Amino acid sequence: MTAVSESAVPVEATDAARDNLKALESEAIHIFREVAGEFDRPVILFSGGKDSTLLLHLAIKAFWPAPVPFPLLHVDTGHNFDEVIQFRDQVVEQHGLRLIVAHVQDWIDDGRLTERPDGTRNPLQTQPLLDTITEHKFDAVFGGGRRDEERARAKERIFSLRNAFGQWDPRRQRPELWNLYNGRHRPGEHVRVFPLSNWTEADVWNYIAREGVELPSIYYAHRRKVYRRDGMWLTEGPWGGPRDGEVVEELMVRYRTVGDGSCTGAVESTATTVEEVIAEVQASRLTERGATRADDRLSEAAMEDRKREGYF
Amino acid sequence: MSSLLRLATAGSVDDGKSTLVGRLLYDTKSVLADQLDAVQRASVDRGLSTPDLSLLVDGLRSEREQGITIDVAYRYFATPRRSFVLADTPGHVQYTRNTVTGASTAQLAVLLVDARKGVVEQTRRHAAVLALLGVPRLVLAVNKVDLIGYDEAAFTVIAKEFTAHAASLGYPDGSVLSIPVSALHGDNVATSSENTPWYTGPTLLEHLENVPVAPDPHEAPFRFPVQYVIRPRTPEHPDYRGYAGQIASGTVRPGDQVVVLPQGLRSTVESVDTADGTLDEAGAGSSVTVMLADDLDIARGDLIASASDRPEVTDEVTAALCWLSSKPLQAGTRVLVKHGARTVQGLIEEIASRFDEQTLSTVDGPDVLELNDIGSVRLRLSEEIPVDDYSQSPRTGAFLVIDPKDGDTLAAGLVGDRFSTLGAPEKA
Ligand SMILES: Nc1nc2c(ncn2[C@@H]2O[C@H](COP(=O)(O)OP(=O)(O)O)[C@@H](O)[C@H]2O)c(=O)[nH]1
Ligand SMILES: [Mg+2]
Repeated sequence: MTAVSESAVPVEATDAARDNLKALESEAIHIFREVAGEFDRPVILFSGGKDSTLLLHLAIKAFWPAPVPFPLLHVDTGHNFDEVIQFRDQVVEQHGLRLIVAHVQDWIDDGRLTERPDGTRNPLQTQPLLDTITEHKFDAVFGGGRRDEERARAKERIFSLRNAFGQWDPRRQRPELWNLYNGRHRPGEHVRVFPLSNWTEADVWNYIAREGVELPSIYYAHRRKVYRRDGMWLTEGPWGGPRDGEVVEELMVRYRTVGDGSCTGAVESTATTVEEVIAEVQASRLTERGATRADDRLSEAAMEDRKREGYF
Repeated sequence: MSSLLRLATAGSVDDGKSTLVGRLLYDTKSVLADQLDAVQRASVDRGLSTPDLSLLVDGLRSEREQGITIDVAYRYFATPRRSFVLADTPGHVQYTRNTVTGASTAQLAVLLVDARKGVVEQTRRHAAVLALLGVPRLVLAVNKVDLIGYDEAAFTVIAKEFTAHAASLGYPDGSVLSIPVSALHGDNVATSSENTPWYTGPTLLEHLENVPVAPDPHEAPFRFPVQYVIRPRTPEHPDYRGYAGQIASGTVRPGDQVVVLPQGLRSTVESVDTADGTLDEAGAGSSVTVMLADDLDIARGDLIASASDRPEVTDEVTAALCWLSSKPLQAGTRVLVKHGARTVQGLIEEIASRFDEQTLSTVDGPDVLELNDIGSVRLRLSEEIPVDDYSQSPRTGAFLVIDPKDGDTLAAGLVGDRFSTLGAPEKA
């Protein structure tokens, strides 16, 4: 399993798609520069997943040839895929960046958090994230969230004000006019910033193809031992699977999103190149999260509730 | 022709905006199976016999509970001809600020009316906001024609009344198209309806795919707000000094004569740089780094502009405000003004008039501007800034009014005497 995608050939080489991607790139770069100009201590959330890798790629372009003027932050659930963590560290090293890692395990060890009965650690990320933001006095936190991912995200501003508890109040959002972003906040508050707000999953993949952005290998089809739970293919791992009665099979799979291993499912796939992934994404009848994320299936408002608590 | 169309919905509550957006997503196959399942389940839970497509966009818990839209939802769909960024906005008067948010970047707005009610107060309020913001094209979607028996005469009355109203707001012939639709059943949304044989125009989707939107960037003067100075001081780039920003209007090429404002320093563009290499030319909307031939003192907030066609530099601005806060505005209020990449202090010296969007007349010397009011003010600034008239260059004619105490955005500001120019909507 090697990281694929040296190909910089645009797959949808029509002018239409090209202009659209240029417009999205320019918008994201504008947002990065606004934050650099207006905030004291910004940080980029970086997990090594595809959206955060794209985020970093755009940040590098925004300040080129100067280095990215922000550190990176990863909230590590301890349930991450080895390939992704390796990729994360390699990218940090390659670009000479500074990475801060908040280990959820530390919060569990000293009792600030308790493990959930279902073993899922995705909801446990919020507290370490907020504690780390407070500790480092970060005032702007870049996330790779996209509005097309989920309908609560579709409602969020590009500059999303969070109160001193990190909470999002959807009824108190500021008007966001033209490309003039208001980053004012009071001490203790911070702003979440989403430069990829207007990108769709297809845009992300088309851009990755065009720019030759390298991704962790698990985004491409590979053989993996998986078992079925709640209609998803989960991988074997320290997060408590397979349980009795769950049968392990070896299949060709890839990941559409990458999060906590306990709740991120793989999809069956034969797509080993970025072009093949794009073809699959276009033919898919399921959304990225619907196909692969157990955490969003809990209720009609699962994402909104987590965001209100301070999730990204 | 542009490849990307940004559009917004507008209209009164319950006219069917969210249903229409859901219908557009559904008919362009932009709704995936799991989203549809979720909508179907939720519709059954609510005791409905057919899926309620508005649930695709009303993404907040309180929106679904009340069956209304509270904040803008951004949705994305594409056809082989175009990509669309769609802002579905709320209809309630109290959420007009969210409608303004959705409309500020729109190149086209779909204004809905209920065919049984026709043009109502909120239709006129939204039409005025769209005209003020300079949204260049409107579609009047006369919705729920299924409930009036697909009656041509009723449609024609509404379309005529609205077209006349839009004309007095400055929308010329040809910039407004009226379409009879049923968002619920899909008539004339993506497919021509057999129920309206008397309507021979395009469906809504055909119109969205074909309507011309791209302004000609070569006509507009070059405007470039400096966001950030890039100075790597690394061994590979010891002397690199570039001014980073997004081109607000016009185009730039190496060799162009420019002026840096408000200082008034002249120079020549040496190169237009990006991480992908230097460019021969870059146009409005592009994020680039401009290098100048001379070593000048330039910082974030300065504006690089065409030397032959420059904006006015002033600390006294006449502007229209769309007041978005529940705290009323009085003359004498101190505010912050964010214009381009610069934020300065401001004092509202005078509220000259208020625009009555129902009668399209102005009221001189009002005491206050209240939530959702549109008014004309005289604003004094703590320093001189380079401004354009909004109707000439929206990106350098627009500003935010911010509350210095809590940082809230109080108003959308548009430089110039917008009330007399409401007669000539410009591209946003
Ligand atoms: N009969 C009929 N009902 C419609 C139509 N469009 C919307 N509705 C109904 O009108 C109500 C309000 O629709 P909604 O989309 O929430 O309106 P919004 O407030 O403008 O977003 C809902 O009950 C819809 O089902 C239509 O074309 N025909
Ligand atoms: Mg609605």
